[in-house]
Amino acid sequence: MASLVIAEHDNRNLKDATAKTVAAATQLGAPVHVLVAGNDCGGVAEAASKLAGVEKVLVADDAIYARMVAETMEALILSLAGSYDAILAPATTNGKNYMPRVAAKLDVPQISEILAVVSPDTFNRPIYAGNAIQTVQAAPGKKIITVRTTGFKAAEGAGSAQIEKVAAAGDTGISKFVGEELSKSERPELTSAKIIISGGRGMQSGDNFHLLDKIADKLHAAVGASRAAVDAGFVPNDYQVGQTGKVVAPELYIAVGISGAIQHLAGMKDSKVIAAVNKDEEAPIFQVADYGLVADLFKAIPEMEEELTRLGY
Amino acid sequence: MKVIVPVKRVIDYNDKVRVKADQVGVDLANVKMSMNPFDEIGVEEAVRLREKGKATEVIAVSIGPQQAQETIRTALAMGADRGILVKVDGDVEPLAVAKILKAICEAEQPGLVILGKQAIDDDSNQTGQMLAALLGWPQATFAHTLEMGDGSAKVEREIDGGLQTVEIKLPAIVTTDLRLNEPRYASLPNIMKAKKKPIDEKSPADYGVDVAPRLKVLKVAEPPKRQAGVKVKTAAELIDKLKNEAGVI
Repeated sequence: MASLVIAEHDNRNLKDATAKTVAAATQLGAPVHVLVAGNDCGGVAEAASKLAGVEKVLVADDAIYARMVAETMEALILSLAGSYDAILAPATTNGKNYMPRVAAKLDVPQISEILAVVSPDTFNRPIYAGNAIQTVQAAPGKKIITVRTTGFKAAEGAGSAQIEKVAAAGDTGISKFVGEELSKSERPELTSAKIIISGGRGMQSGDNFHLLDKIADKLHAAVGASRAAVDAGFVPNDYQVGQTGKVVAPELYIAVGISGAIQHLAGMKDSKVIAAVNKDEEAPIFQVADYGLVADLFKAIPEMEEELTRLGY
Repeated sequence: MKVIVPVKRVIDYNDKVRVKADQVGVDLANVKMSMNPFDEIGVEEAVRLREKGKATEVIAVSIGPQQAQETIRTALAMGADRGILVKVDGDVEPLAVAKILKAICEAEQPGLVILGKQAIDDDSNQTGQMLAALLGWPQATFAHTLEMGDGSAKVEREIDGGLQTVEIKLPAIVTTDLRLNEPRYASLPNIMKAKKKPIDEKSPADYGVDVAPRLKVLKVAEPPKRQAGVKVKTAAELIDKLKNEAGVI
């Protein structure tokens, strides 16, 4: 039987997390189908049909799926579950929200945030904020999996799958979307950016984040933050990188005024290159940084900006 | 309205987690055990609801070894009214926990169950959602703010792009995110008072739930270690290394 990947999207764009989840699903060895549940999401289905390794795209296009409300997603996925051995979703806040409901209704355990497929029934996943890696084997039967997307390389856009409409599964009426306050930014998203510059408590205020913005603009980087900076109210919650925020693995992660608490490291230590700027020579962040600069960030960051300008960035 | 708050006993978030040499798990000897921090936020929110007159009783439930009673006592010292300890030795998977909680909900008929969004040991992030599905109740996960209405609750949720507001009909499940509140410290008089509050002891069999694990843990290993790199002296040197040595900008 086939594997079903639940697409992550915003009704206009297919998110990179989907391509990475497809990559994980491909490793299970069975044909891969993608479910696009959304509203007016034809373009998303089109994009999903081009992902390498995808055999079929199912589209449930209905107003009740506009925001992927967990209760309605549960009903839709359950209506299709009979045809699949494995159902996978990216471990985004959406995937984490609806997938355990599906698992519970199917009476199977969920395997959360897999980092690697060891074999079609065996997976690696982080526990204790990534301080240990657990290898788990699923019992025969359906597998419900969420995928930590930093563990997989996105499936490329070389495919041409057929697109098929599926019926909506109805609204439960017990939960209602009221509104959304999304951070608006011209910059790349944290989870798909190639370069991230993050600030911590050392930034001292939200206003000071404009120092990072200037570097981010030059490097086409995303701006992130540590939990301390979010808790202090410097920046909104969606900036948070760490165990309970976003897990990222960019080509370059620049940590500025971040001490390197375990829970922050859990969210960024798989970055290819880590650079750290901190005035405390003993800060734990230097134990994981490829390049460390012990300096006052309020002097060092403007200097970095100047140097980038000089080099033509 | 009753509020149920499940609480889990886990290695304290400040303690270092060590993988056992035989790779069967992590070392639980000689570490400090505490209440899962997200559950503490749940207890605080429930107690505040009772203090505001929105809830009548707060029941703390823990599923775990005999020592999980201490975790329940912590919740009672924070202001919960009574406890239920479902005694199990060994790991219990989220699905089994959800099944036990479902049975407790059917007996107690709460208006709200507030759980931590995840436990910081297995990082599963499943139990609340599973419980909601088993009961057929709505859920608001990753709660940032909670506002009780008449027969419903309005919850602001932390999502990848920012904040989302949902309205859920009661009874319902809420799971906490970091910024829902700042849990109080229990005062000494309240710690003393908590010792007199009742805790019921139960077993999974009382609820007809099989807690045998369904997933087989083959191995628990240390993650690959990152080596510390070099220290540079100036901002210009840092840019130079990133450009010419690492080739990432």
